[in-house]
This record gives sequence, structure tokens and C-alpha cells, in this order.
Amino acid sequence: MTRRPLARYALRTASLAVFLGLWQVLTSLDVDLWLRFSQFPTVTDVARAFADRLSGGDYWTDLTDSLTRILTGFALAAVLGVAAGVLVARSRLAEDLLGPVLEVIRPIPAIALVPVAILLFPSNEQGIVFITCTAAFFPVLVSTRHAVRALTPVWEEAVRTMGGGRLRILGSVVLPGALPGIFGGLSVGIGVSWICVISAEMISGQYGVGYRTWQDYTVVNYPGVFVGMVTIGILGWVTSTAVELLGRRLTRWLPRTSYVPGGRTRAPRPAPAPAPVRADGDPEQQTQPEQQRQKDTEEARDEHLV
Amino acid sequence: MSTSSETVAAPVAPASAAARGTRLVFRSTVLGRPDAPVLYDVDLDVSPGEILTVVGPSGCGKSTLLRTLAGLLPPLGGTAEVDGAPLTGPSADRALVFQEDALLPWRTLRGNVELPLAISGVPRSERRARAESWLARVGLSAQAGQLPHRVSGGQRQRAQLARALADSPRAVLMDEPFGALDAQTRSGMQDLLVEVLRGTGATIVFVTHDVDEALFLGDRVALLGSGRVVAVRDVPGPRDRGAVDDPARVALRRDILTSLGS
Repeated sequence: MTRRPLARYALRTASLAVFLGLWQVLTSLDVDLWLRFSQFPTVTDVARAFADRLSGGDYWTDLTDSLTRILTGFALAAVLGVAAGVLVARSRLAEDLLGPVLEVIRPIPAIALVPVAILLFPSNEQGIVFITCTAAFFPVLVSTRHAVRALTPVWEEAVRTMGGGRLRILGSVVLPGALPGIFGGLSVGIGVSWICVISAEMISGQYGVGYRTWQDYTVVNYPGVFVGMVTIGILGWVTSTAVELLGRRLTRWLPRTSYVPGGRTRAPRPAPAPAPVRADGDPEQQTQPEQQRQKDTEEARDEHLV
Repeated sequence: MSTSSETVAAPVAPASAAARGTRLVFRSTVLGRPDAPVLYDVDLDVSPGEILTVVGPSGCGKSTLLRTLAGLLPPLGGTAEVDGAPLTGPSADRALVFQEDALLPWRTLRGNVELPLAISGVPRSERRARAESWLARVGLSAQAGQLPHRVSGGQRQRAQLARALADSPRAVLMDEPFGALDAQTRSGMQDLLVEVLRGTGATIVFVTHDVDEALFLGDRVALLGSGRVVAVRDVPGPRDRGAVDDPARVALRRDILTSLGS
């Protein structure tokens, strides 16, 4: 049932290898069966173009430009989205004041805001960051709002009866409790951000991976176009994995089953069979070694956010 | 924060015990959620340091009574007083122990016990020492670094007890804290409660649906039913396991069961 981590990585690598192999075969044989691969660059063409690009300076400028734009936009969206989400969920006044405006703007695709960005901001750069930020803002806002509304009321009541005020409740209950939901929004947000930063660069950018990809297309440099796509794919994967890992790290307190489908399993546990649930449902008389083992594995989690 | 109860070795100062508890008074009070009163005309006087148990059928307003005392619900009519002053809202002086899991799941047991200390401004190093000492008193030293969902229900309630008592409150309000535990664990918890309360001098209001629990723990038992306080009775031989066969106690138990049944 549970495969060893090594076998799982081998499987993942094989999946990518088969995909690339299929691409290479279809393009090098110029297959034309309704889908036309004859115009497609082969994997080796793309790899050669990629190697050329890596040695030139422009590629790295594009990369840092795109990354700066998305990270700035995304960070702004995370802060604004969480703040607005908490505000709307916790305050009726804020909900009445902000709610309608946000709901009207929300359905507009962020990329459709390009004209607005051009009118609003003195430079293209700020416009692209604005569009990226708007794109990620709404998923973060909506999931924060839901997460805050779904908090168990007892947690807040407990802190209130300890004499905790609004700030304490915000810091010790609302934010940590909503964190799992917030990270759901951040994961969606980083994906949408990439779509929008690349599109915005294609439309109005100077430098940037999206801009370069479109440039290559206009001068019929197809391998170049594919280099751009591969770059976008890798960057997107790396950034969303980073968000995912950070989220998992900050929400380690969530009760999880030992087998996470699709998740990264840790090294197999030394004692695979935990103590059977006692008939009287009272594991308080656990044996000493078991308690010790639990303590060893769990002590590392002894950290709280606030 | 300068009382003698601050020292680490003895978190509770027995010397000042008698003066520590609060006096909680209801005078013809109406209790309930703003649009749904459940208890009318409540007259109750809980004296400092007393353990008052509250029994009644489910839905009779036991939890409402407790939440009003905690300051989470405002009284709908009449007066509610703490030491002669009107009860206006929650306070660290009146700790509440909940029936269900009220520990913050992202904090370890130690982190949970430290929270009330952090709120009242106890320095970090002292916080940890006091939390550890309270966890030791409820027998959770080994689990201090565990997250709440990794320990049993009984251990969670013990941690809640430690959290409630950590900042030396003057009153502890307990809402069926052992209601979800099995009979054996429950009687162990009752003994533990008596043990840790000894010397704190705190006023206790303990809500339960278990008549035997109420009779074991309470100096007095308040009976709730049909929207009001039916009776408040003195308990002979409180917190004495041997007093179960005491004829006066047996008679009281029968009385209470009869009036709950009707």
C-alpha cells in the first residue's frame, strides 16, 4: 500500500520522462494526425535554446523582473487579503462598508484591469504589480473570511474569560485558528498571480518572462517560446510548493491521519502499530515507553504562534 | 500582580484562602440569550470560598447561569453582582472551564496553561515555571509538550483545569467539565478537583447533570427546573466518599431525584 519515498520519487521522475519522451518522438517524427506536431520544436531544440539563454544575461534579468513583480504583488495581496478578510468577518460595519464594493470588483478578471492599471499608475511596473496583487487578493480575502467565520466560538470565549481583549483574541485565536483556511487562499492566490503576471507582461511589460515569451513568438522563435513556457512552469511550481510547505509548517498542529494521499510521507515510523484503543476509551494509563516515544516525536512541535 | 500567590513553588497561598473567593449574587435575575430568556426570578447568593453545585435536567439553563456569571451573557433583568459591584463582563478573576474542548488546538498543553498568565502580564520565564507546576499538580508533566488532540479526553479536561487555575482566579465556573468522561475517569477527576482546589479559597460554581457528582462536590446544591431555581439545599458531609451512606445524604439524594423526575 504505502510505497517507500524513493520509489515514489522514481515514479514521479518517470512520469516527467515519459512526457518528454512522447514529446520528442511526436515532434522529431513530424507527426501530423489532425494534431500537427510538424511545426513544434523538439525537446532537444528547446534544450539547446534553453542552454543558450542560460548563458546570456537577458534570461536572468527576465527572471528577476518577473519574480520581483509576483513576490511584491503576492505579498501585498496576502497582507491586504488577510486584513480585509478578518475585518469583514469580524465587524458588521466593515462588512457593510467594504462588502458591496468588493463583491462588485471580484468578478472582474484581474487581467481585464490592464486599462485601469495603465490609467492609474505612472509606470508599467506598478501596473503589473497592481494586477498581480488584485488577482491574488480575492482568493485570500474569501478564504480568510470563511475561515474566520468558521472558528469554534468556545476558543474566543475561553480567551475572553481569561480577561483577553480584542487584540489578544485576534492574535491568539483568530489568526492562528484561521491559518489553515488562509493558506488555502494563498495557494490558490499564488497560482492566479502567475497567470496574471505573465499575461500582464505579455501585454505591457518590458523584460520579464511573459514579455520575452511573446517577443519570441512575434519573431517566430518557437524554441524560445517553449523555453519561456518551461521557465514559467518551473517558477510556478517552485513558488506554489514554497507556499504549500510554509503552510504545512505553520499548521502542523492540525490533526492528520498518518497516511496522507498525495502528500509527502515522512520516513516510516519505527513502531508502525500504535497502542490499540483501549476498550474503556481511556489511554491515560499508557505504558511508559510509549509515552516517552510520543513525547520524543511531539516535543518538536512545542511552539506556538503567538 | 503582587500577591503572595505568585511564587512558583506554591502557586496558591493557603494562608489568605478565606478572603480570596468572590461573592456572587443574583437578585430576581432573568437569564438567557437576549431574545430567549430561560431562567426567571433567580435569587442566588454564593458565598466566598463555597462550592455550589447546580443540577437540573438538560436545557434547563444550567449553562446559561454559568455563562452569565462568567460575563459572557448579560443579565436580562434584575441584578447580578460580584463582590457587591454589578457584573459587567468577563474577567480573569472568574475562570470558566468548558464541557467541550476549549483548549486552543495549536498550542501545546503547556502553551494553553501559559495563556492566561501571558494575558495577565506574567513574564515569560515565570509563566513557563508556573505552567509546569500546575501541569504537575494535575499529573500532566509528561504530556506538557503535547498538542491537545494527541492526549485523551480526561487529560484534556485536566489541562483545562490547570489552565483555569493557573492565574489564581477568585472564582472558577465549571460547566459539566467531566460530562463527557467515563465513570472511572470521572470519579478520579472529582478527587483530583477536590485535591487541587484545596487551599485555593476560590469560589466554585459547578454545573452537572449527575446528582451524585453534585452531592459529592458541593457544600450546597442548587436545583434548577421549569425556568427557575427550585431549591438550594445544604449537603451533609461534602467531599467525603464515606458519607454516601449517611441517612441525611440518602434522603437528600432521594429528594433531589424526585424533584428532577417530576
